[in-house]
Amino acid sequence: MAFVESIGRSTIDGLAYVGQLARLTGRATRDIFVTPPQGRGLRYRRAVHQAMSVGVESLPILSLITFFIGVILALQSAYELRKFGALDLVATAVAISLTRELGPLMTAIVVIGRSGSAFAAEIGTMKVSEELDALETMALDPVRFLVAPKLVAMLLMMPCLTTWADFMGVSGGALFGVTSAGFTISSYFHATLNALLIRDIVSGLIKSVMFGLVITTVGCQEGFLTGLGSEQVGRSTTTAVVKSIFLVIVVDFVFTALFYVTGPA
Amino acid sequence: MIGHSHTNANMEREPTPGGVGISVRDLRVRYGEREILHGISFDVQPGETLVILGGSGSGKSTLLRTLVGLERVASGEVWIAGKNLATISERELDDLRNMIGMSFQGGALFGSMSVGENVSLPLREHSPLDPSTIDIVVRLKLEQVGLSGYEDYMPAQLSGGMKKRAAVARALAMDPQILFFDEPSAGLDPIIAAGIDDLILKLKKVFKMTIVVVTHELASAFLIADRMLLIDRGVVVASGTKEEMQASKLPRVRQFFDRVPEPELKDEMSYLQILIGEEPAERR
Repeated sequence: MAFVESIGRSTIDGLAYVGQLARLTGRATRDIFVTPPQGRGLRYRRAVHQAMSVGVESLPILSLITFFIGVILALQSAYELRKFGALDLVATAVAISLTRELGPLMTAIVVIGRSGSAFAAEIGTMKVSEELDALETMALDPVRFLVAPKLVAMLLMMPCLTTWADFMGVSGGALFGVTSAGFTISSYFHATLNALLIRDIVSGLIKSVMFGLVITTVGCQEGFLTGLGSEQVGRSTTTAVVKSIFLVIVVDFVFTALFYVTGPA
Repeated sequence: MIGHSHTNANMEREPTPGGVGISVRDLRVRYGEREILHGISFDVQPGETLVILGGSGSGKSTLLRTLVGLERVASGEVWIAGKNLATISERELDDLRNMIGMSFQGGALFGSMSVGENVSLPLREHSPLDPSTIDIVVRLKLEQVGLSGYEDYMPAQLSGGMKKRAAVARALAMDPQILFFDEPSAGLDPIIAAGIDDLILKLKKVFKMTIVVVTHELASAFLIADRMLLIDRGVVVASGTKEEMQASKLPRVRQFFDRVPEPELKDEMSYLQILIGEEPAERR
């Protein structure tokens, strides 16, 4: 009985948490699209600053990781393909698995590690040092003030980062293709472009926008939920990372299934 | 005189002497199931400085947070400027918040902004003033708290006392009629703390503001208070002028003012009873 009860309780908690995220998303979206025309402006400078930190500053590590992922993908697919003498299909395999799946996913993982955790730490620290209370006593809404600029930055940067990650992954594949599969650089990229449909790239970009939404809301929500005491900031940062990874995978599953069902037979 | 018009009008002249008072009736506040404040009533006259005294866990900080709208009123009434916080709408609360200033215990300055940006934030967000006028106002406010020339410093570069002064400057930005202080001298050495007391006295004298201070520092309380309120375990034990409080014979007041230590707790049970707000058997 206790077991059933605990399943019930964690299901309710989980749904309540998703509800909180949806509410936060709703409020932040309103502050981005609805409130600015009414005069209460979005903090554009803050959004640009966040975009720099979410996007531009994560380029080096993202490039490195996705380049290696590209090489690994090429190696793994070549392992099977060469049994059939079909090494020339390496470019296709790398291109499709990167644009549809691994590009957006690896980008999300890097952004969670760099920015999702930073969002939770920033807002958590502000909560502990009473800065969130100070915002409220100055009649400033913490969601409009803190979450909205982060969300704008994330929604703009995630597709850009993902596109770059796709390109770097393909370049990694090209390294293998050129050195071990008899491609030239131009023939590898030509094969890649031939293999890709617009649909592959767009579905990856749609996913990346959804990942951005999840990462921002989970990071900010965990920051707001931080308890009192500075050790709690560390705890909410960790929780933000774990929950973001889990929810990104869930969203990935839902959208992959959706694209599969709605795709051409 | 609320919201934008309030700021505008007050830019051009001194704040009205004897602004706004506070009236609290049978206030109860809960955290979840636990009741923290058990029916508190008191008044603050316009232009008066009220010091709320109490030990740790007495509920004095909760009372202050309720007065500035950070905690919900479970029952009772809190009247500020003709508005009851128990029934106020979000929009009215925002308007009311532009009439009050709050200085938090640790300052609560935004770490990512310079001192000048911290002070100008409420003005940039709530007033129609242009940036150059805002700069002038910020310089003026920093001068009032004795921090001229510190506009470009980051909060992390300031000492504890300077942070508190900067926080007061930010609280003053919108020309509030009521100023709230949470433990203004906590964590400061006696000399710096005396400086903050002087600042509070100056604000009271020059601007005739209504001031509410929460503290457990007796020396500072007797220096700045017009009237005092002693709170213990969520109820008002005593209230009155400095002289009345000093002359009080109530055991709890004497214990607080004469700094008599609490008898040590004998067992875990009585600690838990205090936590849930019950008096342990042997102390009743």
